[in-house]
Amino acid sequence: MSILVLADLHDGRLAGVTAHVVAAARAIGGTIDVLVAGEGAQPAAEQAATLDGVSRVRMADNAAYAHRLAESMGQLLEALADDYTHVLASTSTTGKNVLPRLAALKGVGQISDIISVESADTFKRPIYAGNAVAKVHSADALKVITVRPSAFDAVASSVGTDVVIEAVDYVADNTQSRFVSEALAQSDRPELGGASVIVSGGRGMGNGENFKLLGGVADKLGAAVGASRAAVDAGYVPNDMQVGQTGKIVAPELYIAVGISGAIQHLAGMKDSRVIVAINKDADAPIFQVADYGLVGDLFEVLPELENKL
Amino acid sequence: MKVLVAVKRVIDYNVKIRVKPDGSDVDLTHVKMAMNPFCEIAVEEAVRLKEKGIASEIVAVTVGPKAAQEQLRAAMALGADRAIHVHTDARVDSLGAAQLLARIVDEEQPGIVLLGKQAIDSDNNQTGQMLAALSGFSQGTFASALEVDEQGATVTREIDGGLQTLRLSLPAVITTDLRLNEPRYAKLPDIMKAKKKPLDVRTPEELDVSIASNISLLGVEPPAERPGGVTVGSVDELIDKLKNEAKVIA
Ligand SMILES: Cc1cc2nc3c(=O)[nH]c(=O)nc-3n(C[C@H](O)[C@H](O)[C@H](O)COP(=O)(O)OP(=O)(O)OC[C@H]3O[C@@H](n4cnc5c(N)ncnc54)[C@H](O)[C@@H]3O)c2cc1C
Ligand SMILES: Nc1ncnc2c1ncn2[C@@H]1O[C@H](COP(=O)(O)O)[C@@H](O)[C@H]1O
Repeated sequence: MSILVLADLHDGRLAGVTAHVVAAARAIGGTIDVLVAGEGAQPAAEQAATLDGVSRVRMADNAAYAHRLAESMGQLLEALADDYTHVLASTSTTGKNVLPRLAALKGVGQISDIISVESADTFKRPIYAGNAVAKVHSADALKVITVRPSAFDAVASSVGTDVVIEAVDYVADNTQSRFVSEALAQSDRPELGGASVIVSGGRGMGNGENFKLLGGVADKLGAAVGASRAAVDAGYVPNDMQVGQTGKIVAPELYIAVGISGAIQHLAGMKDSRVIVAINKDADAPIFQVADYGLVGDLFEVLPELENKL
Repeated sequence: MKVLVAVKRVIDYNVKIRVKPDGSDVDLTHVKMAMNPFCEIAVEEAVRLKEKGIASEIVAVTVGPKAAQEQLRAAMALGADRAIHVHTDARVDSLGAAQLLARIVDEEQPGIVLLGKQAIDSDNNQTGQMLAALSGFSQGTFASALEVDEQGATVTREIDGGLQTLRLSLPAVITTDLRLNEPRYAKLPDIMKAKKKPLDVRTPEELDVSIASNISLLGVEPPAERPGGVTVGSVDELIDKLKNEAKVIA
């Protein structure tokens, strides 16, 4: 087996999720190469070289990959894929955007969002908003797979390894799409994907201003702040905070859901958290069915008290 | 320009499915079916492009069993002008759907193809990207805003860190995210009119696409159950439990 892992980048650095994808690659077994594509990719490539289990880093450092646009990345992966039996990426918006293109160009299927590796060709993945888990087998010569990062423990990283960083010369030629701008959320809090504690608010928060109440608790706990779709749709908070089937899938040590009813689409994004706390004034809210600790009460009373006592 | 919209028949989003006792698949007998919510957003966006005078014709297309014609009628009630049903009773995965859609795209030559970002049954999130690659169209996934002119499309995408805006050449494939628009409801007279709009039936054989997939379903299991929790009576009790029982806070 030879596996290519497409790295995710964040502000020019290697994103934390990549160490989780490498863990999935290790569970498959074989040699593992990591592809780092970007403009000014060297720092991320050096970080990738420290990940346990990685044999080689392939670095495509070129303006053509600056924003990892789908068309360019698809071409790059297509040019490299013949060396591999498996190509893996995280179920990030980059992985989701790019990997199906590779699969289509090679005429193979894609297995999305795996949560376990049963063998080199058999995997488990959630379907129907996580209400069922499918076991699927791929007979394709090239297996194209996205990996749910929270389902695999990150590999460790060791400094001073002799993993080589090899430049990839291939330059994609994309005249179809052009980067215009980006509006990225700025926050001093941890990222949702990597946080060990998450405090999320729903429609019950009432407005965006009230999210400060959550922020107070989050700061005490060193937590990230998340939200339900209803809170995002209502404009209380930006889209990158949405947890759920069609937002971010998280599995922290502690998830505190505040003013969230617990629709299946929301549960799909957080029910694998180790400990779940629900705070809701409606004792019949479905969120209590998945909560380890439920507190029935008005969040406008509970949150300030919680912040004070933590 | 012509706009093609792909719609998929899936379980209603409110339904919580069950796994069949023999673990072979999920049980869909007597389950309420509907148009995939992201496809509703795609249809709505097509209708808005027509209302703005950018789209001249909207063609809705689906791949699936006979019953999927209900979703095509629904799309026509919302404003699609005609529909194409690629009829098959076989399980079609995203690659198969994309290959069939690529044939329809060849025939129809649309300027924009709209799809949902994700079907809520398979949760695949693949078809639009595959179609863009196969048809050689530009790609704008997870769109939360779309502006189209004769020269191209400007699309704002929901990405992990926030929003990204791209300029795409035409023809383009766009997949919809939740906040692109809020779909309207069909009015009764439009539902009646939709029954008379043209609906063309095709088959994979006739389109010369093999939908046999190399990915097979070995079985399905229910997700891990969470052990039942407890109700706490106060904030103090909650903090005590989190510290001393769950040991998740210091
Ligand atoms: C295709 C599709 C995809 C979706 N994807 C997602 C997704 O990824 N993530 C997601 O979250 N949702 C998603 N949804 C939406 C989902 O179905 C629900 O509509 C949504 O999760 C509801 O959000 P909510 O719990 O905040 O709001 P509501 O259901 O309105 O619940 C608000 C809760 O707040 C409580 N409350 C109100 N005031 C107070 C107070 N003062 N104190 C305490 N509690 C209070 C109420 O009792 C209630 O339980 C999706 C839906 C569709 C159709
Ligand atoms: N069988 C199908 N018929 C029509 N459109 C489909 C079909 N399967 C997928 N699509 C389209 O592709 C989108 C994403 O589906 P998927 O990639 O399977 O999650 C859907 O929202 C539809 O727009």
